[in-house]
Amino acid sequence: MNDKNRKIVIIGNGIAGITCARNIRKNDSKTEILVISGESKYFFSRTALMYIYMGHMKYEHTKPYEDWFWEKNNISLKKAWVELINFQKKEILHDSSEKIEYDILVLATGSKPNKYDWPGQDFKGVQGLYSKQDLEEMERNTQDINHAVVVGGGLIGIEMAEMLVSRKIPVTFLVREKNFWDNVLPQDEAKLIGKHILEHHIDLRLETELKEILADENGTVNSIITNKGEKIHCQFVGLAVGVSPNVNFLRDSGLEINRGVLVDHYFQTNQTDVYAIGDCAEFKQAPSKDRKNIEQVWYTGRMHGETLANNLVSSPVAYQPGVWFNSAKFLDIEYQTYGIVPNQSIDELDSFYWEHQTGKNCIRLVYDKSSGKLVGVNSLGWRLRHEFFDLAIQEGWKLEEVLRQLPKADFNAEFFKKHYHQVLEKYEAETGQKIVVSKPSFLKRLIGSRS
Amino acid sequence: MKKIQILGLIIFILGLGIFSFIPFLGTYQLEQEIVQEKVKQEHQEQLLRVLKPMYGVEYESNFAFVSDFNQYFNEYNDELKANEEWDRVIWDNYAFDLTKASSHGAVKENPYFFLSISIFAGVIGALLYILPLYRGETEGIKNDGIYFSSMKSRGLLGIITGTWLIAFYIILYWFPEYLTNMVLMVDPLSILLSGNPASQWFLYGFIYTLAILVMGIRMFRKYKGNAYQTIRTASVMFFQLAFAFLIPEILVLLNMPWHDFKNIWPLDYSFFFDYRLEGMISSGALGMFMLVWGIILIVLGVPIFTYFYGKRWYCSWVCGCGGLAETLGDPYRQLSDKSLKAWKVERYLVHGVLVFAVVMTAVTIVNYFMQFELLGQATDQLHSIYGFAIGSAFAGVIGTGFYPFMGNRVWCRFGCPLAAYLGIVQRFKSRFRITTNGGQCISCGNCSTYCEMGIDVRWYAQRGQNIVRASCVGCGVCSAVCPRGVLKLENADEEGRINTNPILIGNKSITVKS
Ligand SMILES: Cc1cc2nc3c(=O)[nH]c(=O)nc-3n(C[C@H](O)[C@H](O)[C@H](O)COP(=O)(O)OP(=O)(O)OC[C@H]3O[C@@H](n4cnc5c(N)ncnc54)[C@H](O)[C@@H]3O)c2cc1C
Ligand code: SF4
Ligand code: SF4
Repeated sequence: MNDKNRKIVIIGNGIAGITCARNIRKNDSKTEILVISGESKYFFSRTALMYIYMGHMKYEHTKPYEDWFWEKNNISLKKAWVELINFQKKEILHDSSEKIEYDILVLATGSKPNKYDWPGQDFKGVQGLYSKQDLEEMERNTQDINHAVVVGGGLIGIEMAEMLVSRKIPVTFLVREKNFWDNVLPQDEAKLIGKHILEHHIDLRLETELKEILADENGTVNSIITNKGEKIHCQFVGLAVGVSPNVNFLRDSGLEINRGVLVDHYFQTNQTDVYAIGDCAEFKQAPSKDRKNIEQVWYTGRMHGETLANNLVSSPVAYQPGVWFNSAKFLDIEYQTYGIVPNQSIDELDSFYWEHQTGKNCIRLVYDKSSGKLVGVNSLGWRLRHEFFDLAIQEGWKLEEVLRQLPKADFNAEFFKKHYHQVLEKYEAETGQKIVVSKPSFLKRLIGSRS
Repeated sequence: MKKIQILGLIIFILGLGIFSFIPFLGTYQLEQEIVQEKVKQEHQEQLLRVLKPMYGVEYESNFAFVSDFNQYFNEYNDELKANEEWDRVIWDNYAFDLTKASSHGAVKENPYFFLSISIFAGVIGALLYILPLYRGETEGIKNDGIYFSSMKSRGLLGIITGTWLIAFYIILYWFPEYLTNMVLMVDPLSILLSGNPASQWFLYGFIYTLAILVMGIRMFRKYKGNAYQTIRTASVMFFQLAFAFLIPEILVLLNMPWHDFKNIWPLDYSFFFDYRLEGMISSGALGMFMLVWGIILIVLGVPIFTYFYGKRWYCSWVCGCGGLAETLGDPYRQLSDKSLKAWKVERYLVHGVLVFAVVMTAVTIVNYFMQFELLGQATDQLHSIYGFAIGSAFAGVIGTGFYPFMGNRVWCRFGCPLAAYLGIVQRFKSRFRITTNGGQCISCGNCSTYCEMGIDVRWYAQRGQNIVRASCVGCGVCSAVCPRGVLKLENADEEGRINTNPILIGNKSITVKS
């Protein structure tokens, strides 16, 4: 496969495209690699956009590799928006007339924010947050304003609310669901976060939807109307109602597209030598029964990139993700999840839940009712060891075994309060089962042995 | 900002302003008796004659006095030098002692008053500003707006602060005669503690300790809810106050040599200098203990503690330079250079200084045992080069003065020979590492940005690799600021500590070796 003149072109320099490029280069020094992307020349971390707005970092800090890295690794970068692709001629068109040829094409074009045809959604001061350009626009749109509205109770919605609050801009936060993010989180966790949102003086409106956006005579937003008929004055509206694969420019090009670019488990599209990875890809068949056809998170983008790179330089393997994991941060409360944690009760699964009296930490262990085996875990305000739960879930440890080993699962910083005593107490109170954790000796604790 | 904080800020700035203005006060008058009292026997005759024109003359300012003094003094020396009469040249520096003794006026008469309206006012103002910080806010990372702050992101305020610090250090190290009023102000305090009048070093130690204590309280506010940060900060506050400030002064009161029991060679580069050795050897059992304890720390303390806990046991829990960096310097931690180039420079510089310190000390010890026969000249010269270039210019002027420009650990990272020694142990034989939490890193960059040692933590985290770096001082801030709970400072079994071919958890299709 390592023929000399092979040229791989990757569209999109997000985590998926860049991981693919880097991993190809690691095992193949000859192939020509070109990454074209419209948003920026250099790879930056999209997940860090909020921190630029909040003044924690500058744009430079969000670049995971120094600028010299790409030349040193012989990966060419080009900043341009691709307009058309001719799959027959194996040609890419950008900037109206410029052409680039490829032997292998990787589509990693990511997502774009959803809009739902709300009246007024194109007024000035109304926007989503996805790209670097969106961030710059948000910077301009939020200068000297005194109230903002954020629509959509998901991960980007809460990020936008946090960003605005960090600039001391009062925020009203419209969430359609009964509790924040309860289409993913079980009720206890969703409520815990809801309380924390209020602690940050964010005006959280549950079960409230956007109906209409109104503007002044210059076409700049000045208020919104909710589905409850309430009018809220504001000079900024953040729309964060999910994202969809960014594939519109590829429609009608002969590429098979549903919501995203349709691929098999080898990321192969219906066009020869054309692959799609990351947010923009949609599996015709989900890679496993507990996985979705489109998974728009950082980690999956990375794993797609790793796997496709492997397939392009050595013998191809089907994409097979391991135990699901994800994390987020809601204002000050960190969230981690491993495995399957449904938001509603499911017949064959049960769960054990513990929450600290401060309402700032909790853990939920989900297990199979019949076998007692652990299938998933959620935690808030409690860092858990990925390695531990990856193993426990894969090997199907029994709930009590997990509880017995809980001290080892703790990934909080040293000297932080250990929660496992309380967890075990609650378990005993609920089930009558006493679980004894073998305490490490003083000496072992002194030298910090994990044991 | 709350009203009380604004008031605090005003009081602090006034205090700092008065402090900076104090050297300009008072009058200066030299008398024959002062020279007789302050000048060594062997120089008395010459200096009594040379300084004669100044007797009884009242100078309106410190500057006029020092300028005249320097003129007479240098004229005398220059002539001898021109005639190559080297052994008659006076190498001792009398400017500070004579200026201090010749000072008259308000500060000398009311030291407590001036101490109150300058240093104490500064402390009270700072506390009024710091104590209400983050009141009513939830526990969590408080980094909002750092890169919009002029003070914290190399803006005008940062530049002014850095310039002030640099100027202060230069004057303190090389022109202390201009600071005599400030020193007079703390004289009573020094006499109270050690029975001796203050030197510029007492003044420095006093301000230094206050800075660590006050800014340590700021750390408690900023990192509330983070037990590691709180305990670590309390530790550096304790070691500075007790070991670096109070105990040494009390030793002097007991007629012992000034000694800081937690300072370790080669940071304490003069530990093996002959005057220190003589001082310890001639101070009875306690003196011997100083010597033995110092050597135990070097040969056993450093390797053993670093094996179990990493260099953090010293650098971010005990050390005075580290203590200042972690408290006064915390607002500037994000300004360290994370580039690969900086890392290269760092390795050359810090190990270079270590080699220099070791060679200098070896020569000193050989010289000591040879009764100063062979290497006398060379050792003196080495000592003065090291003292000037490393001990003063690097550790002080650049080390602290550059906080607002290059971050709070410039000295610790590029210059400290002890850090280099601890770092070698940490890198090659230690249980300490920063564990990366599987595949959870989102490459956001908070960890790298806030690493004061300029370690590109993200580089390791995003490939699932433990962070094992010689320079890591274990401050724990990377772990604190990580929004995804990826980093954990740990002491654990050596096996698997260094994973050069890490595997990111989560992808079963292939095992990618990063
Ligand atoms: C604000 C925000 C916060 C997030 N936080 C998290 C988080 O905490 N954890 C998590 O797991 N996920 C998070 N995500 C989701 C995560 O960032 C995405 O899943 C991930 O970045 C997708 O990577 P990708 O490589 O598929 O696409 P992208 O990162 O979207 O990259 C696609 C690139 O393709 C380029 N491109 C698109 N079309 C063209 C064209 N026609 N021509 C040229 N170039 C083109 C664009 O320039 C873009 O840079 C967040 C997303 C956002 C917006
Ligand atoms: S702060 Fe955490 S998530 Fe961000 S780059 Fe560092 S380790 Fe990764
Ligand atoms: S790597 Fe982390 S613990 Fe080490 S010095 Fe940097 S911020 Fe501190």
